[in-house]
Amino acid sequence: MKYDQARWTDDSDDLYEPLLSEKTSKTVDIEDSPLPDDLTRDSLSLPDPAEPELARHYTRLSQMNYGVESGPFPLGSCTMKYNPSFTEDVAARADAAIHPGRPDSTVQGTLALCHRLQDYLGRIGGMDAVTLQPPAGAAGEFTGIQIAKAYHEHNDDERSEVVIPDSAHGTNFATAAMAGYEVVELPSGDDGRVDIEALEAAVGDDTAALMLTNPNTLGLFERDIEHVADIVHDAGGLLYYDGANLNALLGRARPGDMGFDVMHYNVHKTFATPHGGGGPGAGPVGVREELAQFLPNPHVRERGGNYEHYEPANSIGKVHGFYGNWPVLLKTFAYIARLGDEGLRDASAKAVLNANYLAEQIEYEVPFGPFHHEFVASAGEQDAADAAKRMLDYGVHPPTTKWPEIVDEALMTEPTEGETKRSLDQLAAAFNAVAGDSDAELADAPSRPAAKRIDQVTAARNPQLSWQALDDM
Amino acid sequence: MSNSNSHATGSPYAPQTAAETAAMLDVVGADDLESLFDVPESVAFDGEFGIDARSERATRREVAGLLSRNADLTEFLGRGHYDHYVPSVVDDLASRSEFLTSYTQYQPEVAQGFLQALFEFQSMLVELTGLDVANCSMYDDATALGEAATLSQRVRSVSGDRILVPEHLREGKRAVLSNYAEGPDLTVESYPMTDGVADVPALADEIGDDTAMVYAESPTVRGVIEERLGAIGDLAHDHDALFCLGSDPIALSLLERPANVGADVVVGDAASLGTGTAYGFGLGMFVTREEYLRQVPGRLVGASEDAADRRAYTLTLQTREQHIRKERATSNICTNQAWVALRTAMHAAWLGPDGLVDLAEDCVTRARDLADRLDDIVGVTAPIHGRHHFREFLAHTDQPASAIVADLAADGFAVHAVDDHLVQVCVTETTTDATDEFVAAFREVAK
Repeated sequence: MKYDQARWTDDSDDLYEPLLSEKTSKTVDIEDSPLPDDLTRDSLSLPDPAEPELARHYTRLSQMNYGVESGPFPLGSCTMKYNPSFTEDVAARADAAIHPGRPDSTVQGTLALCHRLQDYLGRIGGMDAVTLQPPAGAAGEFTGIQIAKAYHEHNDDERSEVVIPDSAHGTNFATAAMAGYEVVELPSGDDGRVDIEALEAAVGDDTAALMLTNPNTLGLFERDIEHVADIVHDAGGLLYYDGANLNALLGRARPGDMGFDVMHYNVHKTFATPHGGGGPGAGPVGVREELAQFLPNPHVRERGGNYEHYEPANSIGKVHGFYGNWPVLLKTFAYIARLGDEGLRDASAKAVLNANYLAEQIEYEVPFGPFHHEFVASAGEQDAADAAKRMLDYGVHPPTTKWPEIVDEALMTEPTEGETKRSLDQLAAAFNAVAGDSDAELADAPSRPAAKRIDQVTAARNPQLSWQALDDM
Repeated sequence: MSNSNSHATGSPYAPQTAAETAAMLDVVGADDLESLFDVPESVAFDGEFGIDARSERATRREVAGLLSRNADLTEFLGRGHYDHYVPSVVDDLASRSEFLTSYTQYQPEVAQGFLQALFEFQSMLVELTGLDVANCSMYDDATALGEAATLSQRVRSVSGDRILVPEHLREGKRAVLSNYAEGPDLTVESYPMTDGVADVPALADEIGDDTAMVYAESPTVRGVIEERLGAIGDLAHDHDALFCLGSDPIALSLLERPANVGADVVVGDAASLGTGTAYGFGLGMFVTREEYLRQVPGRLVGASEDAADRRAYTLTLQTREQHIRKERATSNICTNQAWVALRTAMHAAWLGPDGLVDLAEDCVTRARDLADRLDDIVGVTAPIHGRHHFREFLAHTDQPASAIVADLAADGFAVHAVDDHLVQVCVTETTTDATDEFVAAFREVAK
């Protein structure tokens, strides 16, 4: 196991010293520069480690970090699955390193690959056209909502509101606001799904779109989806699919077939491209035929055996300075090609099985059901955040906590298909051990990792965001 | 061969055996895997995607086959995306799975490594800019500029809706800015440039009390070092507008600190360190003054202490973020470019301050030398702006620029066409070895 806790607990306090500190930084004076003095700085102070020191520094930091290859990582809705080494190798190919300023005729291979990936994603989502430009899921949301906005404006139909269920990802709300819309929050029904009566009351002439995740963040399939689509479409709105949970449906249902007009794919969740500690991601957006004219510029098409960029007729413009996060797209392509139809179907089936199996094994109350790929347990009398810290002591990464808010002390859990029965049993044992622990044990957790409970209140009250700002420097 | 493995028709990354699957189905009380899906018949998908599974080897061959259709060109291309040599140790260390396969640091006790690396990244940007607060990444320079524009509207005391940008701005950057500006009803307008730099008197005529932000770049998209940043900053501040400067970490290693020329926000692409070319793959940097701290978009890593009183790092001020504040968040950015920031910090540390300053100085002298050599060619004038350049410059060609680009491509070189008779050339350490051949080819095609 590369996640080496023992090693860092034995280390000295120096381990917490940032690289850019007095001990390792060096100041150079800038004289005799090829520029006049008034255009240049006079000195630069940055770390100056020798390469072996650099290697040790980052190796040590890596040992202070938990990844999917360190152990189970059941962060609900974040979808942390095993990342094949193979897709990394494909993305690291020297011949994939291309400058975006080249003419189309000189990058036929890159464009062909983009075109093939657009096609694959369209088939998987049941969408007619797909752009690869958005560099993350939230950027995909922004793209999708801008497309919806352009569609309404194109039809001289100004609309001011976007409807979003209370269980939705926070990015949905932020995206709608960023695009200039008012947000109408939709309360969930008693079964954790969209409340049809509430929906009918919320949707009207001002509704530009309903943003929906299906299965939703409770892991529940919105069984009334066709009815939901009718209500939104009858009011003249569009149906937006948040692709964060698409990994639960591969080959069983497609957003396009359910009535969704526009969707984004979280390729790092649905397929497998590493999260990289918080990015890079990629958030391709799919639309049905009628909306293809609004896709970002440029789009890739094939003509007479050649591939080219072109600007869709009523394009919303650009959502990334160039063409998006290309290396991530390359990994996505490799992953989809490796799995094919059967592999993608199998991945979904096992993700769903694993979630249901784990839900069955744990002693915390798990409301609602049946589940797809994730479920939300309630820590009940315990504080979910404390319970999560205690799980660290049992050697696994905890689930997402305190969200969605519609479950008290939520422990939102998504094991993914990458876990074996054995590792699920290990996870269940950790859950159940914590469930039996006292409040005092929870409050003192974690005790096993080198870093004990971190004081986040002080961090926010007295922000020290760089080495230069540290009080004790 | 790989098709003989037991996962030929399933996912090779879903590792349960058939016996385990059966045992698990038994526990959940399901007859088979399909019965676990709670999808109504009317929306169930029973078709095929038509995507054939390939072995690892076949997939590699397919990608190699597709990419081999790209022309083999030596790229003298820039305009916001740069090829600087990335040392092997960066690839090696950044590929450690504990970094690569981790998530956003929601449990800081087991994410100290990545948090510290991001804290170091933030610290590096603070040193380079002289400003107080750097976030730990945006998508790219264009989206960072868009976020700066929306920040200006939130922090500016007088209401105003105009964003002034230079006439010479990369088209993609301007287009992204326009998209960000649409929701909050900001208007993006250009101010003129003269001889490659901002026309400050003309900017003075354009700017007004309804200006929310003035944006300038150094180096500009044409590779010119902007000489009057202080005057631009003064103009912005005279009108209570935010002054936003675009640059990159290599240029900032040599150029005057942005804080000293009045910059309130620095944006740009930090991917010039750590990634090389990757078809426009970026790393947006965002640095600002402390007074705007609570309006900063994106994630911030802060120092704190753990229960044993030792220094520890954590994501902080998360009440700005969308998972807490929803529609009142400062931005919708969630997943950012953390791993790229890690790579950039590693590359900067590998170079050290001497290496960074040397590299930046080389960016000035290489461009100067190559422009001089092209200028010696009959039918070519370079650079067209009699100013200091960084990495790149414009050349005027008697031949149409489109013909120069096409003819050079036939000889194995890529340059940008900027206008009818203007091409742009960028040189870094990765193309220095090819410079002699490039100049010879240019001489032939410029006739």
